[in-house]
Amino acid sequence: MASVDLINLEKTYGGGFRAVHGINLNIADGEFMVLVGPSGCAKSTTLRMVAGLEEITGGEVRIGGKVVNSLSPGERSIAMVFQNYALYPHMKVRSNLAFGLKLAGVPKPEIRKAVDEVAAILEIEPLLDRLPKQLSGGQAQRVALGRALIKKPGVFLFDEPLSNLDAKLRASMRVRITELHKRLKTQGLSSTVLYVTHDQTEAMTMGDRICVMQGGHIMQVADPKTLYNRPANLFVAGFIGMPEMNLIDGRLDGDAFVLGDQRLPLDLSRLPRRPAQAVLGVRPQNLTPGATGLTGTLAHVEFMGHDVNLHVDIGPARMVATMPAADFDRLDRAGDRVTLTPDPSALHIFDKDSGDNLSL
Amino acid sequence: MNTSLGNVLRYTLLIAVGLIMLYPLIWLIGASFKTNSEIFGNASILPENPTLDGYIKGWETSTPYTFGRFFWNSFLIILPKTIGTAISCALVAYGFARFDFPYKKILFGTVIATLLLPNVVTRIPQYILFRDLGWLDTFLPLWVPSALAGDAFFVFMLVQFLRAIPRDMEEAARVDGANSLQTLIFIVVPMLAPALISVCLFQFMWTMNDFLGPLIYISSVDKYPVSLALKLSIDTTESFEWNRILAMSVLTILPALIVFFLAQKHFIEGISTGGVKG
Ligand SMILES: Nc1ncnc2c1ncn2[C@@H]1O[C@H](COP(=O)(O)OP(=O)(O)OP(=O)(O)O)[C@@H](O)[C@H]1O
Ligand SMILES: [Mg+2]
Repeated sequence: MASVDLINLEKTYGGGFRAVHGINLNIADGEFMVLVGPSGCAKSTTLRMVAGLEEITGGEVRIGGKVVNSLSPGERSIAMVFQNYALYPHMKVRSNLAFGLKLAGVPKPEIRKAVDEVAAILEIEPLLDRLPKQLSGGQAQRVALGRALIKKPGVFLFDEPLSNLDAKLRASMRVRITELHKRLKTQGLSSTVLYVTHDQTEAMTMGDRICVMQGGHIMQVADPKTLYNRPANLFVAGFIGMPEMNLIDGRLDGDAFVLGDQRLPLDLSRLPRRPAQAVLGVRPQNLTPGATGLTGTLAHVEFMGHDVNLHVDIGPARMVATMPAADFDRLDRAGDRVTLTPDPSALHIFDKDSGDNLSL
Repeated sequence: MNTSLGNVLRYTLLIAVGLIMLYPLIWLIGASFKTNSEIFGNASILPENPTLDGYIKGWETSTPYTFGRFFWNSFLIILPKTIGTAISCALVAYGFARFDFPYKKILFGTVIATLLLPNVVTRIPQYILFRDLGWLDTFLPLWVPSALAGDAFFVFMLVQFLRAIPRDMEEAARVDGANSLQTLIFIVVPMLAPALISVCLFQFMWTMNDFLGPLIYISSVDKYPVSLALKLSIDTTESFEWNRILAMSVLTILPALIVFFLAQKHFIEGISTGGVKG
């Protein structure tokens, strides 16, 4: 059993900078948890505290229920894959893979067997006698993955492992890692994963659950679907989804959202309270041209292949609506007046001050 | 057309300057095969009647010992000094570059400060210290301080080199279960190898050439290293046998030359730093 629990975890760096503000997160055994957030939000710091590479200045990390705060990385039953691979430059691939087992005193024939097994899974057999500098980025990343895999750890830690690869390779590695995780799980091997990325596509496609962080705080922890459909606050709403969710400042009046001189009638009975200043959130995919809704001027049309993005200026606000390109042929062109009708079931009302989503 | 002419000019100039720089060395080698009288009688580099006389007589020396004895003495100083320097400086540099400990800044500042301290200032206190330890006329004062990371320059050089190496590999090793010492031995030292080779080479050459140290601490002729022994052959004979002195000088620079050429590749890699390639 290798669940991971972060309990009031804090990190204050030497200079007094508080990077992690007492976060709580429970990762179940075998779960694929993704930590996602903008640069500098302390994803790496959090991961490194779990790994034991960064001192914990407050709270606890538990692995398999056991407090590991004072254990060295080698004693935590973890393996880590680094962003720039961190292969040992003077060792052949084979020795890179074997290093951990060798230190642990595993007998040679067993090491050999383990290396061959992992090499077969990752298709790196032809590379075993090369030095790291003789590998391409993708190959090096697979070796780094192999070095983690061979230890059969309780927990895998990844710190942006794909960000040095080109887009195509990234997509295929994404699938490979996800399938590897499933495979370990079906084999009954403990395979809890904590995966750090700033790429929301990676987060959405790979994670069983996603933990969105900002500025050393956790903003929301949920499965991808919930995160997308029911973002808990403005930050998550803006962070997840492509193109970004439209977030429009306005106020609530009676049973309508008021933007400039336009009123959008809404069912506001479910709101727990009325915010002084409201933000209306609606995804571009949930806007369609129609008869009622918000009207504005079509400023710009982006052709995306299958879809088009319409950029519409409504008063001071800019809204984006995405629709199939096929439907757009019959629509107006730039400069024309367009009325966008939101799907009422996909509307969110946020409190501008606290950022909370009131319509959940 | 212009480039080929330019190349000719360039290489002529380089060869000319190179020859001027190398002239003393070439002359030294040539003169070591001359007779004593020819050295001053004939300005040419090549000897008219090459003779090994200087080498044979010089090797015998005017003392009861052959020159081989002095080489052996030098070796007995250089070996522990070089190995000790490599090990101790790697340990100290690793500590300074990779660990946080109380008063680290002050301590590192102190190490660097000793770099700036003129040698003469410490000569007398050091002499008294070693005298009280009973180390006079032994090799110990010549190598023990260096083998305890006493050469701040080397520590500084290794620290700078280490700082240029990313920590990821060491962190990966820690995750793989290595402790600090295993990380140092299996991961850091191999990456540090070019710098360590430079350190050893410098130490080797400087020790081989060191004259003042042995002069101060060694009083028995049977313990003289080559640097002192060379001077000895000038002191003890009434009319200097220059060809013997020159012949022994050639032998003295030979080890340094050989070692340098053997390790040249690593040496240059080491002093031009750069750390690890991606
Ligand atoms: N050694 C350190 N000393 C002081 N502050 C640090 C140190 N390392 C990181 N920080 C700060 O802590 C915060 C979190 O850094 P961290 O590296 O965890 O961010 P991140 O989420 O991984 O970002 P990225 O996506 O860019 O990798 C940043 O504001 C950073 O400046
Ligand atoms: Mg990071």
